[in-house]
Amino acid sequence: MNKLYIFLKYFFIVVWTVFVVAPFLWALTTSFKDFQSVNGGVTYIPWVDFEPNLEGWKVLIKSPAKGGVDIIEPYFNSLFVTCTASLISIILGTLSAYALSRYTFKAGFVKNNDITFFFISQRIMPPIVLSIPFFLFLSSINLLDSLTGLIVVYIVLLMPIAVWIMVDFFNKVPREIDETALIDGCNPYQAFLKVVLPNSIPGLIVAGMFCIIFGWIDFFFAFILTFTEVQLLPVKIVALNSSVTPWWSLSASALVSVAPLIIVAFIVERYLSKGNLSGAIK
Amino acid sequence: MDLVANNLSYKPDDQYHLNEVSFNFKEGNLYTILGRTLSGKTTLLKTIAGLLTPDSGEIEFDGKNFLKVPVWERNVAMVYQQFINYPHLNVFENIAFPLKQRKIDQSIIKEKVMDALKSVGLLGYENRKIQELSGGQQQRVSLARSLVKNAKILLLDEPLVNLDYKLREQLREEFKNLFSKGLADETILIYSTTDPRETMELNGEVIVLDEGKVLQVGPAKEIFENPNSLKVAEISNDPPMNIIEAKISDNQIRFEGIDVEAPQHLSKLTEDGLKIGLRSSDIELNENGHEFEVELAEISGSETLLHLKRGDTKIIVSIEEVLNFKIHDKVKINFKINRAYAFHANGKLASSPFGGLNG
Repeated sequence: MNKLYIFLKYFFIVVWTVFVVAPFLWALTTSFKDFQSVNGGVTYIPWVDFEPNLEGWKVLIKSPAKGGVDIIEPYFNSLFVTCTASLISIILGTLSAYALSRYTFKAGFVKNNDITFFFISQRIMPPIVLSIPFFLFLSSINLLDSLTGLIVVYIVLLMPIAVWIMVDFFNKVPREIDETALIDGCNPYQAFLKVVLPNSIPGLIVAGMFCIIFGWIDFFFAFILTFTEVQLLPVKIVALNSSVTPWWSLSASALVSVAPLIIVAFIVERYLSKGNLSGAIK
Repeated sequence: MDLVANNLSYKPDDQYHLNEVSFNFKEGNLYTILGRTLSGKTTLLKTIAGLLTPDSGEIEFDGKNFLKVPVWERNVAMVYQQFINYPHLNVFENIAFPLKQRKIDQSIIKEKVMDALKSVGLLGYENRKIQELSGGQQQRVSLARSLVKNAKILLLDEPLVNLDYKLREQLREEFKNLFSKGLADETILIYSTTDPRETMELNGEVIVLDEGKVLQVGPAKEIFENPNSLKVAEISNDPPMNIIEAKISDNQIRFEGIDVEAPQHLSKLTEDGLKIGLRSSDIELNENGHEFEVELAEISGSETLLHLKRGDTKIIVSIEEVLNFKIHDKVKINFKINRAYAFHANGKLASSPFGGLNG
């Protein structure tokens, strides 16, 4: 029984690992192949099956004039837009979530839960519905095709996620903790900063991760709201595609574009395994 | 420095949480608020702390309008029934928190925290995480945090209710020692509880609260001996006092075909709708007694609670030993009738064996 259990455990772990890692390995090897090795039948092992070269990677940094796509600037644009929008969304979202969780709002029939739902409803709408208003809005304030415009739009898209996660999280933090902080001499702002926030780090990390992921992978709005001045990574990667699909440079760009997410995941995992998240709030 | 409240009312929904509550708490005294769950005890404590603002009424402390002072400037301390501590801080930091908030010198903080730890018996635990402590220890930490502040008003909201039996007994004993050690010299100590035994043991001034209304105020002994109404008698006894509808005539108490000779303090009451109150401990098993049927027998600790029935009359008897009964068994009981209370039809006390309102 015990042996069977161990066998099954490792069996599924191996299957799952292959499932997760194989695409990365495939992309990694493909990124070093040339036209011949991709189209000339299945090849796996570099130097044995095919002769690796850096052509796929070079395309990513070569300027368009030399036949490349130059993703360096879009890469930093994407990083900047995602991080800024996520940070602002988390700050605003956490503050509004705390207010929604602790104070009672009432405007006619609109109450706390309705306001929370209003935030979430922004994400229920199909993006296509939002695209035209966003386009008109940004063009009316002259922010089309600019980083600032993108950040504004991403805040609208990401803040609901932060509010949604944090409202739920704050509702689970006993109110008595805030009250005790008040009794112990904190004013409401100090109670929030010194007591509530330090106990909400797990929630902040989850909300932050979701914001970064959703911001980083967005193609639709980046595509519609920018033209030539500013470009984000997902849009640029799609621009790689031409009459002959360049699998090698597509693979290379896929790898560089998931890199930040993997780094974030590793940092969070380190933090998790230290046990800093468990049991903060019972 | 007295804490005086006048006609405090708080009605956030259809029901009064506080209904015209007035009191006058003097420094150096222990006040126990006794009431069932949802009777408004927590609301009252939160109002004193400043976490709730009453709809009407006023609170004065030291002659000043207390309602105008925000919570964080009131210098009160509060221990909740849930063990509330700051989960992100260790034991030492938890207790030091209110002192750090006052920007007190680091070395003085250390000294005070160590003193507080010592008085709650947690020396050596200062570097532990809160989550590593048991419930009783967590409650000690929050008690220490409220002691270290030297607050003028110390509020304890059913601090023992979430602990298991043994710890409760132990901590209650320690509370009593702490309170009597002169900690309360200039402190007003307000302790809320649902447990009549706790009330009697703490032996302070008792405020009986029900549905947000103050029913009776007085020393614990007085509440126990002369509850001014049926409700107080119910709230201040566990198990609740037995209430028997009876008629007194010709010096006999009559109910369910039983005649018991009326003791002197009850003999003159001949009105209709009279209710006789008798504590469950004032009824005993007796071979020559009156026959009742067992409805339920529960054994709790070393005592047996018998739920008995005869006709429409239901009573609870507590016996100081473990006895096994089956449902529908017949038992014979005797009433220690000279310990009986009488209440008017409107619930007010008519006569008590301890001399309240005789006649």
